Amino acid sequence: MQNRTEINFLALSQNQAFARVCAAAFATQLNPSLAELTEIKTAVSEAVTNAIIHGYEGYTDEQWIFMGCEIDGNEIIIEISDKGRGIEDIAAAREPLFTSKPDEERSGMGFTVMEEFMDKVDVHSTPNKGTTIEMRKKITT
Amino acid sequence: MDIQFVERNGNLVVKIRGEIDHHTAQNIKYAVEKEFSASNAKNIVFDFAHVGFMDSSGIGMVIGRYKELAKIGGRVFAINIGTDVGRIFEISGLKRIIPCFAGLDEIENNIANA
Ligand SMILES: Nc1ncnc2c1ncn2[C@@H]1O[C@H](COP(=O)(O)OP(=O)(O)O)[C@@H](O)[C@H]1O
Ligand SMILES: [Mg+2]
Repeated sequence: MQNRTEINFLALSQNQAFARVCAAAFATQLNPSLAELTEIKTAVSEAVTNAIIHGYEGYTDEQWIFMGCEIDGNEIIIEISDKGRGIEDIAAAREPLFTSKPDEERSGMGFTVMEEFMDKVDVHSTPNKGTTIEMRKKITT
Repeated sequence: MDIQFVERNGNLVVKIRGEIDHHTAQNIKYAVEKEFSASNAKNIVFDFAHVGFMDSSGIGMVIGRYKELAKIGGRVFAINIGTDVGRIFEISGLKRIIPCFAGLDEIENNIANA
């Protein structure tokens, strides 16, 4: 099966729930287990949260987040991007417990959760241009 | 998201109903801080029985309370952890910091026997 959807939404924290529910609804075409659906929802929630609180931190306009979901055979590919501040050192950012906001009660576990719950997580980022996260997961059940 | 508080034997039980993400974690944090300072409780017990979803923002919120209470000799516990929240607790290592119990009775017995 081949299918694709794209949505754009404003970088508002109430859209975290909207985005993860959209991705999960799209993924149901692959008949995932409840555990797999939770994994997809959680990974999307992490990436969208990061776009809002890190990517667009301090930005006042043009705060759009793009989410593309694609189904290719039994695999779901989810792309989430922002046009925000970008990541200077991607390897460091992906380390468990690394956070640039320790005083705001961030755990630094977002990337670790994405990696744990999806098969593959690719990060493309350019400082002052933005960040794109591409996550893939094969639905096996 | 909705929060209910119950104070029993020095423990402030925080019953969260709904989903914990960055959006709701901040509201939970403020509500818990306010309730705790107005109470006589020494410890905080998070009840996850009705939490249908939690991402890493929940980890930060729980660790935040753990650090605050550690300064004044209080402790943070968790009860009624289901599979989904349990996995986040494991991946993040939260399980090693926050003792998890089946229910409040078990915590009270544990404290009494300590
Ligand atoms: N979209 C993004 N734009 C800019 N920086 C980001 C983005 N996503 C992640 N980061 C950086 O990577 C770090 C680690 O992210 P994460 O593992 O989710 O932890 P946390 O969100 O708790 O800080 C963040 O603290 C931030 O510095
Ligand atoms: Mg994060």
